[in-house]
Amino acid sequence: MLLVSIATLTQNTLIACALYLALLIAAAAAAGLPIPAMLRGAAAVLPFALCFAVVSALAGDPGRGAMLVVRGYLSALAALLLIATTPMPDLIAGLEWLHAPRFLLQTMQFLYRYLIVLMEEAGAMRQAALARSGSVWDRKLRFRRAAAAAGVLFARAHARARAIHRAMLSRGFEGRLPAFRRIPFRTSDAAFLIVACVLTIAVRAAFR
Amino acid sequence: MSLIVEVSNLSYTYEDGTQALKEIDFELEDGATIALLGANGSGKTTFVHHLNGILPGSGQPSGSIISSGSIIIDGLPMTGKNLREIRKRVGLVFQDSDNQLFMPSVLEDVTFGPLAWGMTQAEAVERAEAALDRVGLRHKADKAPWHLSAGEKKRAAIAGILATDARLLVLDEPTTFLDPPGQRALSDLLASLPQAKILVTHDSAFARGLTGEAVFFDAGTIAARGPIAAMVQRHGWQ
Repeated sequence: MLLVSIATLTQNTLIACALYLALLIAAAAAAGLPIPAMLRGAAAVLPFALCFAVVSALAGDPGRGAMLVVRGYLSALAALLLIATTPMPDLIAGLEWLHAPRFLLQTMQFLYRYLIVLMEEAGAMRQAALARSGSVWDRKLRFRRAAAAAGVLFARAHARARAIHRAMLSRGFEGRLPAFRRIPFRTSDAAFLIVACVLTIAVRAAFR
Repeated sequence: MSLIVEVSNLSYTYEDGTQALKEIDFELEDGATIALLGANGSGKTTFVHHLNGILPGSGQPSGSIISSGSIIIDGLPMTGKNLREIRKRVGLVFQDSDNQLFMPSVLEDVTFGPLAWGMTQAEAVERAEAALDRVGLRHKADKAPWHLSAGEKKRAAIAGILATDARLLVLDEPTTFLDPPGQRALSDLLASLPQAKILVTHDSAFARGLTGEAVFFDAGTIAARGPIAAMVQRHGWQ
């Protein structure tokens, strides 16, 4: 709901943007997260948003471009807050509780599970390369080696995907994973949900 | 005693043309344990994957899902119709535990098999907790698999099989990543299990702790079968 509210903000609603920013910072502070680091992390989206903003500005609509940047930044901050406060298994369980499509949840689960494995493999490959050749300063050569390594990693990922599928079949997988664990919906969850919804809607309604 | 595995004339060729198995004949009695020895690429893993029906071939008019030869597991021919029941009876522990542990937490992963085979949630959890107790991982039940050490992952993978009703345990390189105390614990655990067991291993000392018999794979064929000591001596497998 927060993302939809942010995404549908029109121009000349900078006060609403500031209020949403304040809400997000307050939530981060309540969760004990390092706010400066969060604000810096969300800025990772800015180069991409700025590209589109420049295009909008060149097309004669700088206001729209500015809103793109602001909305992109707030959305990134909201996503960071979610990731920082909710472990992925809990997030998946929550989405299942909300009846999100099961195929999407399974994809998320596998992506998260094996992204870590692939990152470990990529790290091991990098270490092996460094151990054999040291640092290479020639950019062209570095690029070629990185491209070759990416190809090897893709082949490894494919081989692993096949091996995982075999393991799943051997353990009885027939196209459907068992239900994810159920997380109890407590009174505190309900209170948080109500407060968050009320504040989000109130800001959005005040600056239509 | 009845046979739990009957394989005759089994051949298998991978898609790239590599012939991994050539006219394999193999039998194992119910409750018995045997080690599969042999060099890397000799066909051991390909062979045990066939026992679970996860490397099907082009099929045969008889309904068999393999391309050539026959496999009978616990009296059930390897056909599409019997596949589910066969997979239920053959518990396969893979060489790389990361491939086997795909659920978000250890407990959920261990309950995967029991749930897939139709047990209730409560029964599956009870089984999983008992299996985790057996491998000494009960305290890690809520951990994500990627937070376990390599040895713990192996034990979690074994727990996933122990939680099911498997009548044949197939362990592909079970001692990989296990330190000596971990290997001893695994050996003691396996020795206490009544199921038939096939151990794919390079570790003849580990195998000797569990069985006196081995087959030696060489270039996709079973080169010999007999006492482990004789296999080790004959093939220089020290």
